[in-house]
Amino acid sequence: MLGDHAGFILAAYGLSALIVVALVVWVVLDGRTQRRRLADLEARGIRRRSRRIESGAGEGRG
Amino acid sequence: MNSAMAIIDLANPTRFIALADRVLPILWVVAVLVLGVGLYLGLFVAPPDYQQGETVRIMFIHVPAAWLSMFGYGLMAASALGTLVWRHPLADVAARAIAPIGAAFTLIALVTGSLWGKPMWGTWWEWDARLTSVLVLFLMYLGLIALWNAIDDPNKAGRVAAVLILVGSVNIPIIKFSVDWWNTLHQGASVFRMGGSTIDASMLYPLLISALGATLVFIALVLMAMKNEILRRRIRALRLVAASQPVGAA
Repeated sequence: MLGDHAGFILAAYGLSALIVVALVVWVVLDGRTQRRRLADLEARGIRRRSRRIESGAGEGRG
Repeated sequence: MNSAMAIIDLANPTRFIALADRVLPILWVVAVLVLGVGLYLGLFVAPPDYQQGETVRIMFIHVPAAWLSMFGYGLMAASALGTLVWRHPLADVAARAIAPIGAAFTLIALVTGSLWGKPMWGTWWEWDARLTSVLVLFLMYLGLIALWNAIDDPNKAGRVAAVLILVGSVNIPIIKFSVDWWNTLHQGASVFRMGGSTIDASMLYPLLISALGATLVFIALVLMAMKNEILRRRIRALRLVAASQPVGAA
């Protein structure tokens, strides 16, 4: 169906798909890693100023 | 007035993340659908070329990837201006997020170009102006990624990278016009050119649909990578806060 050069065409589509999928996986995993690290820090009570003010106000200390 | 407020709102990383979270699911669905339709039309509906035969089907991935390799660098150059001139808080975040995605699409353009070149030109690679300038673009993306990783302070790294991005942007017109200025194996412009496209509509529409879908995938990936970069900077700031607190104060 793709003629004499089918191997070149399929390799082009296959390698492109591989690169895009690898990119998507890397971005998703990087996002998970960053969210986990941020949650770990917040669990230790280390928060951004704005979050400290929010939680302080919620606890009646604001 | 409203658009000005929207830009100010987007300068706030927290609001940017909230907006990206709302936009991304819809964007991914539309991107995958449009790209799927474009590639289906390119692979199964568009006719073979009268000279190149079936190998012309590589065009439906090679050309969008090549356009996006330059589009990505153009976005980085605009972000570099945002960093140096307007000091927009998300400008450097955007540039840093775009770099690996631009590098990946440039790699796709190089690999698919090589796979198209071998059966059509009889060679995998030729050191001509178009191919070499795109290879330089790929190396510039890699160099910028290395530079960002080499400097700990993201603000300092952002300013240094912004200068380098702007200097490197001279390569973009060289890539675009290399086929006009020098003798190259690569064909000249056939879509965006004076006098209109030279590609038949049966191939042009699948190409434009594929390019639109690939662009939406590119933008979706950039938004996700920008969210990651914002979180990475928050984590760094929190670690600095933690390190500056007396032991037991956290």
